[in-house]
Amino acid sequence: MKQKADVLQGTLALMVLKTLDVLGPQHGYGIARRIEQISGDLLAVNQGTLYPVLLKLEQEGVIASEWGASENNRRARFYRLTREGRKQLRVETQDWEQTAAIIGRFFEVKAEDLS
Amino acid sequence: MTSLRRFLTRLLNSATRRAQDERLKEEIEEHIALQTEENLRAGSSPVEARRQAMLKFGGVEAVKEDYRAERGLLLIENLARDFRFAVRMLRKSRGFTAVAVVTLAMAIGANALVFGVMDALILRPLNVPQAESLYGTEYGVDTGFQSYPNYVDLRDRNRSFDGLAAFSFAFAGLDTGENPSNANGYATTGNYFDVLRIQPYLGRFFRSSDERGRNSAPYLVLSYAYWHSRFNDDPGVVGRVVQLNKHPFTIIGVAPPEFRGTVSFVSPDFFMPIVNQEQVRGENLQDARGSTLGVFETFGHLKSGVTPAQAVADLQAVGDYLQKTYPKEFAQKSYSLGRAGLTSFGQALRAFMAGLMLIAGLILLAACANLGSLFASRAADRSREVALRLALGASRIRILGQLLTEALLISLVGGAVGLLGSVMLLRRMSVWQPFPGAPIHLPLNPDARIYAVTLALALVSGLLFGIVPVRQVLRANPYEIVKAGSTGRLGQRMMVRDMLLAFQIAICAVLVTSSMVALRGLARSLHGSYGFETRNTMLVGTNLASAGYSGDSVPAMQKRMVDEMGTIPGVEQVGLVNNYPPLLYGAGSKTNVFKEETKDRTPSNIASMPYRYDISPGYFDAAGTSLLAGRTFSWHDDKDAPAVAVVNREFAGKLFGSVTNALDQYFTLQDGTRVQVVGVVENGKYRSLTEDQQPAIFLPSLRSPSSQSYLVVRSRRDPQRLAEAIRSKLRELDAGLPAGIDTWNTMLYVVLFPARVATVSLGAMGAMGAMLSITGIFGMAAYSVSKRLKELGIRMGLGAQRKEVLQAALGRAFKLLAIGSAAGLLLGILASRVLASIVYQATPRDPLVLAGVVVAMAFLGLVATWIPAQRALSLDPAMLLREE
Repeated sequence: MKQKADVLQGTLALMVLKTLDVLGPQHGYGIARRIEQISGDLLAVNQGTLYPVLLKLEQEGVIASEWGASENNRRARFYRLTREGRKQLRVETQDWEQTAAIIGRFFEVKAEDLS
Repeated sequence: MTSLRRFLTRLLNSATRRAQDERLKEEIEEHIALQTEENLRAGSSPVEARRQAMLKFGGVEAVKEDYRAERGLLLIENLARDFRFAVRMLRKSRGFTAVAVVTLAMAIGANALVFGVMDALILRPLNVPQAESLYGTEYGVDTGFQSYPNYVDLRDRNRSFDGLAAFSFAFAGLDTGENPSNANGYATTGNYFDVLRIQPYLGRFFRSSDERGRNSAPYLVLSYAYWHSRFNDDPGVVGRVVQLNKHPFTIIGVAPPEFRGTVSFVSPDFFMPIVNQEQVRGENLQDARGSTLGVFETFGHLKSGVTPAQAVADLQAVGDYLQKTYPKEFAQKSYSLGRAGLTSFGQALRAFMAGLMLIAGLILLAACANLGSLFASRAADRSREVALRLALGASRIRILGQLLTEALLISLVGGAVGLLGSVMLLRRMSVWQPFPGAPIHLPLNPDARIYAVTLALALVSGLLFGIVPVRQVLRANPYEIVKAGSTGRLGQRMMVRDMLLAFQIAICAVLVTSSMVALRGLARSLHGSYGFETRNTMLVGTNLASAGYSGDSVPAMQKRMVDEMGTIPGVEQVGLVNNYPPLLYGAGSKTNVFKEETKDRTPSNIASMPYRYDISPGYFDAAGTSLLAGRTFSWHDDKDAPAVAVVNREFAGKLFGSVTNALDQYFTLQDGTRVQVVGVVENGKYRSLTEDQQPAIFLPSLRSPSSQSYLVVRSRRDPQRLAEAIRSKLRELDAGLPAGIDTWNTMLYVVLFPARVATVSLGAMGAMGAMLSITGIFGMAAYSVSKRLKELGIRMGLGAQRKEVLQAALGRAFKLLAIGSAAGLLLGILASRVLASIVYQATPRDPLVLAGVVVAMAFLGLVATWIPAQRALSLDPAMLLREE
């Protein structure tokens, strides 16, 4: 169970990085919306779980945050990728694609292919 | 890299928790507000829009918890939270906290104190370079004493030491031209400072090359402290000539401040070459191979690669050679090595300190048992709280952490208080001079080691008593406890506490037993028979050499002193004894005695080794030693008369069978003198109070005069007035003669000092043991009464008598007390054998001691249960039953 949560958290972190890479600085709600739009129901409930992940990323130094004004002119916390974050995103994207490719190939393999 | 950064950020975050919480709160609000707007735009009603937004966000509290866990260091934060909670809990029950802290402060303080003394006297090496390879030689039964010629042979013939140095003590009048005063120093061999590898603070040290025969090196090195106090740090002191017992000595240097001599508790004022010792002492010991007065201790650095065992074998070989070459003067005894600085006292001191440390450890253990049972009862009382927390999802680890934090907090506070007290006591002790006039002090300076040891003790004891309730908590079943309420069954849990209490009482009984044994021993040694009467006697110590007397002028002057003292009004008897009277500074010296018919006076033919005293006529009367048979000396028993002796009963019995047989018999001394026994006196104590009965002989001082002597003056006059009269009489005789005047009882203080220290320390430990058992029993009794209030109330309501109520309430406490005391008494009796070596006549098989322990423990039980008993008896059943 715990493992699943870790996987989820890891995936979520990568999604956050990618979102920020694509959209530029965003506040928490914006990131949540974006992930919801793309991933469907992953964040349909429990949007709050995003915040511990944001904090973790910030503490790792891959994203940074500062106060800014949201679209309705209220104070909101805006997150952006740091240079280190870009680097990590590149590395992780590569890793991810590699992993996905390998897993994908495994799933395509049928019994007769191996004999 | 990232993980380190994350760690640091988290550490920082832990400190700035509040600001971070605010930030999250704001972000969540903003998030929900944005979502709500979004929902509104989609057409929901305002209330529904917000509700949907909240649902979508998920559990706010769970997010906060995750966020917190992510943000800071959970462990540290928990610790801080536990700490705050513990402080709150402890402040809530002030009585409990105070008792626990005081108990621990005393127990840990006692340990710190004993450790501090042990550290200073035993564990810490001398303050010189490479002290770890510095060894002192012990000759015979743990003494370093040897003769100077033996030292020279040892130095030149051994192959194990990088140079061997020796020293003895020198007590002299030091005259700078202004105010002459007595100073205490070491007479050292020329190589002393070189062997120690230390450098002078000022000027230079004397060296082997300065020694060119008897009295060839009139040089003086001052200790830093003496230079500071007597010469006011005057750097011009080097080169000055001062008078030491009327002989000119040139000050050539000052020793460094950290060097305070080579006996850890005698720091000297000056160092002089041992080759000049004759000038100070008045007699020449340089050539007396048979005398052990020449050298106090011999020491040196072992050569690298030489083990102590090899060195001992080497010394033994030199001893064999000496034995062969000087069969008459050299009594073969075995050599061994000891720690330089303690050589002669090491063994006894180590045994005593080890014993004391053991007792202190026991006290701490008893205190831990005490607190352990207190904590267990507290944990039982808090079982509801614990159960609730468990039910609400707290992990057992966290609850244990909480309990341990409380225990550690108490032990650390207790340890700090105890340390403070013991450090203060140590400081006081280090400036304390136990013997007025004697240069003895304890080099106690608390350092980092004592702090480290105390911290370790505090932590260990905190864990020890904190761990007692662990099983209880781990086993707790929240459902059962909440259901049963606060009066839940205690049955099983009482067992652990009972055992702890019995154990604690046993330890305390051991302590009480040993302190009683010590007290009885001291009482006996104070009222025992010494073979002389110390009351109404004054001792006048003089060294005629310091006033320039030598040769025949010494006995002549001594006779004049005895006669003149006798003319002081009120003085009844006067006598004189060479060197020291019995028991003074433990300084008795033994001599070899042979049977008359023995021709070959080698060590194997020695008939007896009695203590030898050279005394003047009138000594026995003045000392109050009763004559059993024959006569004492007269002034005619001098060099020209036949050699005569008075012996004690022990000697008479050993050599001649009985007192009457001994009279007019002969024995011979090492030098061949044929001595006739003319009198027999009662037995006495000679060197220490704990010695077995020893033989002793008394010879006329006129036949072998010594410039160092004590006058024994018996008078019923007020000691102070008498001392003044004696002083003015001495001035009339010779104004330049320094003298030490004191009552014999005061001087005996030194002899009784070890017994006194032992008694005081054991007494203090016993008192602590007693207090611990009181708090232990009190805690247990009070707790059981408060737990059973309701039951007792019902019993009383149903008509139980006072006796029955008391039995129900306190029976258990008394039973434990009895069991614990019996066990402790038994152990104490066994342990007291150890005491026998220190405390005179320490025997635990003394009915008075046994009865005393039983009465004491019963009394302690009574005191401890008094308040709980009163509480049980004053119960009002009606009120009590209504309350529930």
